[in-house]
Amino acid sequence: MLRQLSRRETLTVGAGAFAAGLGLAASPARALNDYADQIKKFTGGKAPVEGRIKLELPELAENGNTVPLSVAVDGPTGEGTHVEEILVLAPANPNARVIQFRFSAASVPEASTRIRLAETQDVIAVAKLSDGTFLQASRQIKVTIGGCGG
Amino acid sequence: MAEVKPRVRLDKRDVKKGDTVDVKTLVSHVMETGLRKDSSGKVIPRMIINTFTCELNGKFVFGCDLESAVSANPYFEFKFKPTESGTLKFTWVDDEGVRIEAAETIKVT
Repeated sequence: MLRQLSRRETLTVGAGAFAAGLGLAASPARALNDYADQIKKFTGGKAPVEGRIKLELPELAENGNTVPLSVAVDGPTGEGTHVEEILVLAPANPNARVIQFRFSAASVPEASTRIRLAETQDVIAVAKLSDGTFLQASRQIKVTIGGCGG
Repeated sequence: MAEVKPRVRLDKRDVKKGDTVDVKTLVSHVMETGLRKDSSGKVIPRMIINTFTCELNGKFVFGCDLESAVSANPYFEFKFKPTESGTLKFTWVDDEGVRIEAAETIKVT
């Protein structure tokens, strides 16, 4: 569907792209999804504590279709306390929720899988401990080709 | 999704009490997101595995709720410390209610 652009059109398109580029730098290209609401729903409104979650993702994913992800809760969770759930969210995906791991008292609080990411974004993990506290961590990942098929 | 062969790998089957077992699972499934369109512009309906669970002798060990952002042919790795010998049962359930199952036995000494 490509056609030869006239000189004038080329200039206009170029200027447009430049303006779009500026806009991109100022604010994200696509509106973020309802990830904040999803976190609230998961924590029941409680504010999660930053840190103690190790979220491993490659710095750069060439293919957003299969991005290896592993998540683990670091350090002792305290006597009789274990990690119950870890929710992974992708704020710039069409849907915020990615996966929700559920653990038992016998579990080691870590898990790995492969996920799809639509574009460059900060992936978030929120963990729920059995004593009612929540932990949160995020990590930026650059995505070259999105994996949500559009 | 007819003949689906799940693959499960344990790093050990003879476990000393207190030791950690590393489990890796892989199952083939399209994990259709429900966001893609076919050539005529119609949305291809969502068709994903939405839950995975692992039980030891009927007791919950590990599980997850999947969304469409999990890649095709879902892969999971998890670890746990078994306290008893028995059968590990793995179950995947997709949007149509199709269940894919696998089992492994472990011995705890």
